[in-house]
Parts: sequence; C-alpha cells; structure tokens
Amino acid sequence: MSFVGRSDAERRAMLERIGVPREEDLWASIPSEFRLSGPLPLPAPLAEYEIARRFELWAERNADASRYACFLGGGIYDHFIPAALRSIVSRSEFATAYTPYQPEVAQGTLQVIFEYQSMIRELTGMEVANASLYDGATAAVEAAVFAAGAKGRPRVLCSTGVHPHTREVLRTYASAGGFRLEEIPLEAGRTAIGPIASAGNDVAAVIWAQPNFEGVVEDGAALTQAAHEIGAYSLAAADPVALAILRPPGHDGADVVFGEGQPLGVPMSYGGPLVGFFAIRKAEVRRLPGRLAGVTVDLDGKRGYVLTLQTREQHIRRERATSNICTNQGLMALANTVYLALLGAQGLRDVATQCLERAHYLADRIGEIPGVRLAHAEAPFFRELVLRLPAPAESFARAALDRRILAGIPLGRFDRTRPNHLLVAVTEKRSREDLDRYVDTLASWAKAHAGRPREEAACRS
Amino acid sequence: MPELTLHELSVPGHRGPRLMPLDVPAQGIDRLLPADRVRKEPAALPEISEPTAMRHFVNLSTLNHHIDKAIYPLGSCTMKYNPKLNDEMARIPGFAGIHPMQPDDLVQGALAVVAELHEWLRAIMGMPGITTQPAAGAQCELTAVLMARAYHTDRGDAREEVIVPDSAHGTNPSTVHQVGYRVVQIPSGPDGCVDLAALERAISPRTAAMMLTNPNTLGIFERQVGTIARLIHDAGALLYLDGANLNAMMGLASPGAMGFDFAHINLHKTFSTPHGGGGPGGGVLCVRKELEPYLPMPVLEQDGDHYRWNVDRPRSIGRVHSYYGNFGILVRALCYMRSLGASGIGEASREAILNANYLKARLKDAYAASHEGPCMHEFVLSASRQKARGVKALDIAKRLLDFGMHAPTIYFPLIVEEALMIEPTETETKGSLDAFADAMLQIDRESAEDPDRVHAAPTRTPVRRLDEARAARKLILSWQDLEAEGAGG
Amino acid sequence: MNVPRELRYTKEHEWIKVEGGEAVVGVTDYAQGELGDVIFVELPAPGTRVAQMKAFGTIDAVKTVSDLFAPVTGEIVAVNGALKDDPALVNRSPYKDGWMVRIRLESPAEVNALLSADDYEKSLGAHA
Repeated sequence: MSFVGRSDAERRAMLERIGVPREEDLWASIPSEFRLSGPLPLPAPLAEYEIARRFELWAERNADASRYACFLGGGIYDHFIPAALRSIVSRSEFATAYTPYQPEVAQGTLQVIFEYQSMIRELTGMEVANASLYDGATAAVEAAVFAAGAKGRPRVLCSTGVHPHTREVLRTYASAGGFRLEEIPLEAGRTAIGPIASAGNDVAAVIWAQPNFEGVVEDGAALTQAAHEIGAYSLAAADPVALAILRPPGHDGADVVFGEGQPLGVPMSYGGPLVGFFAIRKAEVRRLPGRLAGVTVDLDGKRGYVLTLQTREQHIRRERATSNICTNQGLMALANTVYLALLGAQGLRDVATQCLERAHYLADRIGEIPGVRLAHAEAPFFRELVLRLPAPAESFARAALDRRILAGIPLGRFDRTRPNHLLVAVTEKRSREDLDRYVDTLASWAKAHAGRPREEAACRS
Repeated sequence: MPELTLHELSVPGHRGPRLMPLDVPAQGIDRLLPADRVRKEPAALPEISEPTAMRHFVNLSTLNHHIDKAIYPLGSCTMKYNPKLNDEMARIPGFAGIHPMQPDDLVQGALAVVAELHEWLRAIMGMPGITTQPAAGAQCELTAVLMARAYHTDRGDAREEVIVPDSAHGTNPSTVHQVGYRVVQIPSGPDGCVDLAALERAISPRTAAMMLTNPNTLGIFERQVGTIARLIHDAGALLYLDGANLNAMMGLASPGAMGFDFAHINLHKTFSTPHGGGGPGGGVLCVRKELEPYLPMPVLEQDGDHYRWNVDRPRSIGRVHSYYGNFGILVRALCYMRSLGASGIGEASREAILNANYLKARLKDAYAASHEGPCMHEFVLSASRQKARGVKALDIAKRLLDFGMHAPTIYFPLIVEEALMIEPTETETKGSLDAFADAMLQIDRESAEDPDRVHAAPTRTPVRRLDEARAARKLILSWQDLEAEGAGG
Repeated sequence: MNVPRELRYTKEHEWIKVEGGEAVVGVTDYAQGELGDVIFVELPAPGTRVAQMKAFGTIDAVKTVSDLFAPVTGEIVAVNGALKDDPALVNRSPYKDGWMVRIRLESPAEVNALLSADDYEKSLGAHA
C-alpha cells in the first residue's frame, strides 16, 4: 500500500511512452554499489485498523490531560481548544496546501497569515508581526540575531527568567558566532536590573520574559528602560494569553516582542509542533526574519494578498538572508488565528482573567498548608507560581499521580540546588474541584513529610 | 467580492464559545496585579459568533489550491497525498494531550513511537545516528553544520568553508553563513552534476564540509557521489546530504553506503505529513557513528523496553528546539510508514520515478528538457522556446492555474533559464498526469497561436495576477495598516 | 534600449557621469528592465568611502536582489533621498531622477578604465 493507483496496462503504456523496456532502466544511473540488494529489513504493511490499534495502545501508555488534571506549564499549557478550531485546522484546503508560491490560488492561506499578523500586532503592542516561526525558542534566537545585526554589538544578556530550554537553544545558536550570551539572575523572582545598568556599552540586547519562567510578572517598563539606557534593544518573550490583561511590552517600548504561540489553540502534543510569534517596529521591517503577507490589488483592482519583501529571504538572498528559515509554521498560525477569532476580545480576556483568579485561589489555599510556601510570595503572578515544599518536589509529583494530578514541573530538573521547588500552572480548565483536590493532595503529602523539614542546603530564594 | 477580514466582520458584543463560569471567589484584576502592569486598553480582537467564524474560514479555505483538489507538482516539494489516518492518529488524546515536561515514565507510549520511527529511518538511510529534534529541513542543515564545526574543533581545527553546488537550495548557503562559515560555490558540469575538477579546485584544508543534494535539483542522480565522498573525506571534511529529494531513492539506494556523514529528511515531503500551508515541517537528521556524540540533546535511549531521554551529553551541540521536535509530525510519519511497510516504501520511490519519466516523455518535445535521458523523481524543463515567442515560465505557471492545477516550481534551479521544475510524486495517477501534460501542451500551442491568452492568465482563479511591486513598495501588513490607509481595495 | 553616449559604464550595469571632481552614479536602463519593479534601494550614508568595483549597496526588486558596485573609488558626498519614498524612480528615470549616489573622485584616472557607451552596448550584445 503506497497510495498509488496504477494498473498493469497503464504501467506498460507508460514504459512504452518513455521508451524503456523495464522500470529498472529508469534508475540505472544509481551505481550498483549503492543499490539495496533486497527489501528493507522492515515489517510488512498494515491495514488502517491494525495501525490504529497499535497507536491507540501506545497512546494509552501516556498520562494525558484528558485523564489527568494538568498543572504543568513552563510555556506549554493545557488550555481549552474549541471544536470549531479543530474542524477548520483539519480541512484539506488548509492542511494539504503548501507555501503560497502562487498567490492567485492561495488567497485563503495568505489572508489567514495577514489576519494572524494583525492580531499578533495587536496583542503585543508592536507595529509589524511576521507570519510565524518554528517555536518560542527559535523566535528568541531570531530576536538575538536581529538585535546583534542591527546594533553591530556582540553581547546579548538573557534573564534567567527566560525558559531554561530557550536559554539552551540560544546557547546552541550563539556558538555559531552571531552573538555572545550572558545570563543575568533573578532577585526575589524578578530579573535584576543592576547587572543591566552596569553591563557596559557593547550589549546588543536584553532578553526577558513576561511573565517569567517562575510565573512572576516583571516590571517590563523598568527592564526596557534599563536596556535602552545602555543602548541595547529590549527583547521580550511574552505569554500571548497573559497579554490580554498584562501591559504589552510593546507599550513600554520593547524592540522585539516574541514568544510561544501554543497557548492560543495548539494542542500540547508533547511539545511539538509549536509556533513562534515575532513582532517588531515598522522601521526595522527589512531586518525581519521569516515570511510576511501584505495587501495589494489584482489586475482588476480587487483586494488580494501576497507574500511580500521576499528579498529578505533565503531563497533569494541566499547567504545574506535575514534568516535561513524556509517556511512559517502555517497550520499552527492558522490555529492561533482561529482561536483568537473564536474567543475574540472578551473571550481571551475571560481566559486570562480565569487563569489569574484560579491561580490565586490555589495560591491562597496552598498558603494555608503548613510547611508549604510560595517561593516568591511578594511578587505579582499570572497563572503560574513556584511552591517551596518540605521535601523533594519529584516525590510530591509522583504521589499526586494517584489522585490523577500532574502536579507541576520540579525545578530541580533545571537547578540541582532547588530540589524542593515546584512550578505549578493553572489554566481556565482547572475547576474548583481540581484545585481543591490539588490542595488536599498536597496537604496530606506535606503532613506525611512534615517533621523532617529537609530544607534545601543551598537554596537560592 | 473578496472575503472580508475578521476585523471587518467584527460586531461589538458578538461572542464565540464561552468558558465555564468562574467557580472560585473572584478577587479582580485590580487587586491581583499592580496597576502599572495591567493592560490599559483591551486588545482590539474581533468580536464574532462561532457560525460567522466558521463561514469566514471555510470561505477562505475554498480559495486555496491543495492536494486533495488536484495535482500539485512543485519540484523539490514532494506534494504527495497525505493519508487521513495519519492525522487521526496524531489527534488521539494520548498523543495530542501530553505535556512535554511529563517525566519519561508517563510518556512511554510517545517515546515508543519516536523510537520506532528512528528505527525505520535508520534502516531506510543506512545510518546509525539520528535526531528528530529539528523543526524542519533548514534547521537540520543548521544542526549539521554546527555539528561539523564541533567535530572539527574537537580535532583542533575549526576550518572555515563549506562547499555548495550552484544548483543548491537557498537554505544551504544561508545556513552556512548563519553558522559563520564561508560559502564556496562550485559550478555544475554540462551534465548537470557536480563538476569534479571544480570540486577538486575548491577543496582545501579550510574545507569543513560539502552540502550535496542527491538526486540534485535537476532530478539527476549524482553518479560520482562515491568519488565526491572520497575527495571530501581525503581532505578531512564531511559530506552532507540535503535530503529534499529522498523520495527518489527510498528502498532503492542507501545514503549511508554513498558515504554521506550527515543526511536530512523532510518528513513533510517524503513521509507524507501535511505541508500545512507552509508548516509545520518535520526534520530528521541522520549521522554516521563518529558524529553521534555531537547530536542535539536530549537523545532517546532504550533500556530493555523502557525509553528515556538522555541529557548527559557533554559533546552535544546543545538543544535546537524547545522540546523534542515536532512530535505530532513524527506520529504521522510513522503511521505512514506502517501503512507502506517495507515493500511500499520502495514502491513509492519507484512509482515516483516512473511518473516523472512518463510526464517528461510527454512534454519533452514541446518544452526543452534541461537534460536528456531518464530522470529520477523530478525533472526540469526550460521555457526558453516559449520565451522566444514572448511567453515566460511565469506566464505558463499562471495559465496552468486556469486548468485547476498547481504550477511547478519556477525559476529554480537558478542554473536553468526559465526553469519549470516538475515533481509529480507517486500518488498521481496516469489520468492525472495526462491531464497535466495535455494542459502544458495546450499552453505551448497557445504560446504560438494566442500568447495574449497566456499573458492574461489566470482568469478563472479567485483573484487575477496580483501587483507584488505595489505590496512591497506600500507595505500593508495588518488591519491596522489597512485602516490607516483608509483603503479597502 | 537607452544607452546615453555621454556616460561611462561598468559591466555590472552602473553608469557614471563625471562632473568636475565628483561623479553621479546610477544603474542603466537595461539593468532596471532586467530587475523589473524596483522596491527598495539600500545606500550607504554620506561620508562612507567606497572602492572601485566593490559593492556599496543593494537594489531590491520583487524577487531579486543585486549588489551595486562603485564605478570609482572615493567618498560618498550625497545619496538620492527621493528613492526612499519612490524607488520606482529607478524604473521610470534610470539616468536622471533615479540616480543613486554622488562620489568625490579620489583617482580620476579610474574613469578611463570604464566602458564607453559603445563598449557597454557590445557587452549587452553578449547577453542577448
């Protein structure tokens, strides 16, 4: 089964037309030493229902958010995805089209990109958004490359409040020579301003996150001001849901606002495919990485859409392109667009407000549990918070599984000095029953682990 | 009448799907957040009902060409049919609803999918090392060039240059530049393949690697690949396969045996995952044994029937993706391979080659082929004869749209004048190929008899030719810009 | 195709008009025709020093981008600001309103090495 429709008669007719006696003659140019002598050492084809059975068995071995209350976050969240969105995103017309090389027969894809750009612009408070990038981490890389190129300076400062994986990806790409990455610490959950102010005058950019990885809402205006005072760009990794109620970095003068678009209608799907958004000021549009859709007219004067400023891109500018990226993340950007259209202004605000309220309800109730504390009790937060537990967080996470709870991300995975810290995310989907169950589970676990308060030896916060 | 934008459809007060009521005590944004961190003016997102939104997006969708409508013969893009079971499997809650930070023992099924996919791809490529972390082919290239640099640096010599043939995809030189290496471009010979003499002149102790597309972008198998590999290896450099054209040799030939040190695979091309209007792609990078330590981390490991991600990889170049790559795409690709099985994988490539050769045979009298003789899974025609009559490749592409078909890739590769690069893939039937060939032949006749008709095309599409210069000179990139213009088009 | 007699040319399709110690530079009618609609011209700031036959800027059309090569060595004393708002001047008026930069000549002898109108037309013959 290879999805080929071919009768023997057709095959004979085709070979005859080509003028070769045997099919093998068509690949005679492959030298024999590279040919496979027999069939691949792989199993035989399976019928659809055999395949479905295998995949369903595999799927059952995963603890997914339909069976567990998911309190995991860190950039990827279990938000509500409307059924209408799934219906649209799975349409062949969108899913099986390619990059709009022929705009006359790709107006659907192009208008969606245009609407996506418009809504990202609106959310971020910037002036131009591109057609999307692979994910939030590579968007951070593109932001750093963009800043280093525009400023002609080598250093990029990155707050440790930026997702640890994003920082790892930045390090991978920085090694390519485009920029030098230096990290600046958090103080009481917020990015320290001091190290920015004293960083000198060869810094291209400061990267920070809103809210940051530990859930804290940063003082974006102060960070952007500090960056600008040393002549650097302010690059903000923003949570798109939070932007419904938080002051967008664009309103405080940030130079790039980028981030992970998964919370806007994209399934968690074990972390991929994701989608990165990227927005800048109009004056810099020629340095913008990635694709861009714009409005024009056709021969009859009718409104239409095309990819524009394509000479920035690799297929034309080759080694001088603004980025080597070849596509956008079309289907995921479509999901973002449909999500924002369906939820709308009020709906997105409701999602954000509910995240905020539910997270604070959980925090308040957890505050009553002896031995458990909020790591950054004084700092404002949005939908995520760090707990400091009386014993290793991994142990609580395991215990919570029995109550069908995915309890959070133990921060010891990123920082061995903080084994008792747990990052907990609360979305609009977590009902009061979920939240109360979480509190009960944590309370009984904490009680069992009280009396032996193994404080973390070298705790940072 | 063009489809209105969401902004134009918006009516204050209209609402889409709702949330459950807040069932915890409401404290209010003003109490929970400092006033200076709160958004002052709400984001001006559209306000529309769910039925209106559905109509909007369904109407937009009908403006697209797509594989389930008709042939989509973009060269180098492998626009084959996307089996529907693939999507169904990726949407199972046990895959779509798992969070990437779940511990390994709670995602063993997901890891088993990745492991089995790796096993199949290793067998197809004949290469032992693998990562599925890159999000797309271009990111595979970048990953490999970073790995090559790490490999050379470990040997005390970072080197400076990467050799790229002039027929290469634009991503190759772009990637090389991004990593800080210098591009050394070499010309193709008259047969369309790498000019060995030019290659020998280009190779030096500074050469870090060579990137080669095989079959190349002309659809010709680089017969000298063995010699190329030897020359590159003798210089201490590494050979990279740009696998954009893997659909020409699955189950027929082994990239590992050809001497490639790296090979990338585009799952969205060869392994039928949907192109999605430009993404998500799925990137796979296969490597020779000696390069495995440099693979991006984490790396998937198996211990009995238990799988785990290993992050303890001191020589790894690091992470290139937020998590583990495009997992949902990996599910789809494995589902496809399971449908094909060992026999179907080879069959797909063989049938793709047959289709390309048949189409070439039908067209080569009317259009100049870039090269004589059989092609692999794609071929390049030149519209030079038609251009002499005033009809360019672009015009031919636009006229094809009037037949309800998609155009081939045009003006690529750069080394062929007025190039039309055609890749039918194996999933087109003879009937579909004949219809395409008939349309192309009719357009050739029109180029002689009625060129204005071709120049005026397309006329049966949702819009006619679009003014791209105007779009680039007067940038209107959002509703906000459109409003500021005061123009509705 | 228009190849004014009084100008000198490069084989990369720039024209140059010497006026005293300075030279005005643009691209030829042939070049603008091959490029198609020009959408952007990137030029260096006045005060930048350029060297003969080194790239000093780029010219973007809808789907191509080309380097601009300096016909002579010297300092850029002026750039055509009108191209910023109306890059199509290069298409409409390549030899007049679409000029790009004014260069103060360092070695006037360099001009002698450039192509005459006849030579430039011959070099185009090879293309056609």
